[in-house]
Amino acid sequence: MQIIKDKNIVDDTWQHINDDEIIPAGEVTLSLARWQQEKHALIHHAGQLGVRLAPADDVAVLAGDVKRLALIELEFADFADGRAFSQAWLLRERLDYSGELRATGCYMPDQAFYLARVGVNSFQPEKFADLPVMLAKLNEFSVHYQRSVH
Amino acid sequence: MYQYNEIDQTLVDERVAQFRWQTEQFLAGELSEDRYRHLRLRNGIYIQTHAPMLRIAIPYGVFNSKQIRMLAHIARTYDKGYCHFTTRQNVQFNWPKLEQTPDILADLATVQMHAIQTSGNCVRNTTSDHLAGVCVDEIEDPRPYCEIIRQWTTLHPEFDYLPRKFKIAVSGAVNDRAATQLHDIGLHLVKNDAGVLGFQVLVGGGLGRTPIIGKVIRPYLEQQHLLSYLEAILRVYNLFGRRDNKYKARIKILLKETGIEKFTAMVEQEWQLIKDGRELAAERVEEMKAHFAPPAYIPEAVADKSFTQYSADDKAFATWVKYNTAAHKVAGYNAVFLSLKAPDVPPGDMTDAQLDAVADLADRYSFGEVRTTHRQNLVFADVNQADLYAVWQQLDALNLATPNIGTVTDIICCPGLDFCSLANASSIDVTKEINDALDDMDYVHDIGELKINFSGCMNGCAHQSVGHIGILGVDKKGVEWYQITLGGSSDNEAAIGERLGPAVAKDEVTKAITTILAVYVEQRLEEESFLDMVKRVGITPFKEQVYADN
Repeated sequence: MQIIKDKNIVDDTWQHINDDEIIPAGEVTLSLARWQQEKHALIHHAGQLGVRLAPADDVAVLAGDVKRLALIELEFADFADGRAFSQAWLLRERLDYSGELRATGCYMPDQAFYLARVGVNSFQPEKFADLPVMLAKLNEFSVHYQRSVH
Repeated sequence: MYQYNEIDQTLVDERVAQFRWQTEQFLAGELSEDRYRHLRLRNGIYIQTHAPMLRIAIPYGVFNSKQIRMLAHIARTYDKGYCHFTTRQNVQFNWPKLEQTPDILADLATVQMHAIQTSGNCVRNTTSDHLAGVCVDEIEDPRPYCEIIRQWTTLHPEFDYLPRKFKIAVSGAVNDRAATQLHDIGLHLVKNDAGVLGFQVLVGGGLGRTPIIGKVIRPYLEQQHLLSYLEAILRVYNLFGRRDNKYKARIKILLKETGIEKFTAMVEQEWQLIKDGRELAAERVEEMKAHFAPPAYIPEAVADKSFTQYSADDKAFATWVKYNTAAHKVAGYNAVFLSLKAPDVPPGDMTDAQLDAVADLADRYSFGEVRTTHRQNLVFADVNQADLYAVWQQLDALNLATPNIGTVTDIICCPGLDFCSLANASSIDVTKEINDALDDMDYVHDIGELKINFSGCMNGCAHQSVGHIGILGVDKKGVEWYQITLGGSSDNEAAIGERLGPAVAKDEVTKAITTILAVYVEQRLEEESFLDMVKRVGITPFKEQVYADN
């Protein structure tokens, strides 16, 4: 599968592991609950680690973990639920998270510009066909009024 | 007033291009109804009973003659020749075609206007005092701060998908004319003991189904922290506001369910973490204030004698001056209200011809600027007293000089069942009936200050909960009924009105209102306003008379 990362269309090299699956070697993402349960055991994991956040998850619980994480996914259940925008901002600004921050799930290409401004740098659109549209929409506005993430 | 720079213009132009693409995608079947709904709402477009409705922003109610002529052009070209001014100082068109809305927005962009965030679950137009900058009770002009807030909230990447709509109002005067206690955030410009300007911050006011008066969460905020404090409130709301039930999603419910102490602590805690390093620079405030510098008042205005003479000679003119003008901080000038409440016109409506004529009058008599008011009227803020007689005559010829500002026929009224798909009952026709019953202007003037607010459903667009007399249309098994409340107020002593009794039938509303007025006239003490009498005697004497036949 392909995604947008840093304004390029690239292959998604990550494996997204369900809570009942065995964690294989390599680049894997886990749910927040599983991460919290198993993060100590994963110290010797061969490969990079990532966490998937739901809209209601409190990002502050990752404060001590962000250095270990190479990917955090913000999963939209509903495009109208804007909590992911604040989660992204908090991860970048409050937790100084510097790894890949990816939007996934149910959201619109029209929201990609805002997501990029709060620190999301990778995008998995709902439909593969939306990739070029979403890429174009990252440059939809050439100006803005507010300071956002550094 | 504020003039766009290159950044403002680019942003608005790019927004039009974005919306044009979205609309094309929708019309081509590439974008679902639900998704397009969220996108069009954020560009002011509702789908109403008869046609789409387009709500255009008039930031804090200030606009100019060029922009008014554009509204006239839109009314003629895309609509049925009229528009409607709202309680949040915006303007609406009720008959545009959906496929033409991108063209309308493009036309608006040529005169520095837009419809961005005039609906949808985002931060709406910041509203303010229609007498800002000219009123005699002003602590500080709120308009520069409103413009700073307008820019900061426009396309804010983090806060465009909030749990529910979010409204901010700013007042800079002793008397609150912006209903700030009934907004999600109300800001009062105040001075501390050292005389330094800052803001009193209120949160959680609102009308609709659950009317609540806002609460002070910070008595004094240094002005340089304005935006970081708003950011803290909005972040707390965005993360913790309810999203499971749209009727419980406003910040007023979050504040109520969390408790003011805990809610305030959450905001303060967030603010402490962000406030340093993002202060509003003093130069930026000064630069913004320069946009709102006073116009070139003529010093000789104060020497005019003709105004006094005309007032003495012409009773009708004197009456109009009494009701439809306000004192001005510059001697020799007045603010003039244009009443959009002529008896035979739906409240807040104006035709294209009136708009064009008003633009000409604004250019000639009020430095080319016009304001919209919370009560759905217009204001020329800076009229030389020597010109008042001529202005009155011309407004009268335009049917814009009914001397009823602040009186019982200056009714705030929503479009109701005639246009709105949410409404349960009609409001415009009943308002006309009330107006017809109150055609004796001497009686209207004798009643004095009395605010009737009339909404066609419990969403409360006409703020009926805070009307001195509130009327609310409800649907009972397909029949229109009307609940009446007394004693509400959106002024400094804000209050939610008390229900008079059971809802009355449509053909009983006017009689109920005239009965309430008769009770007031009979039982008032000398110089006692209607609202003061309701406070003194409660609703019982009114109730007894209104329901006497039952």
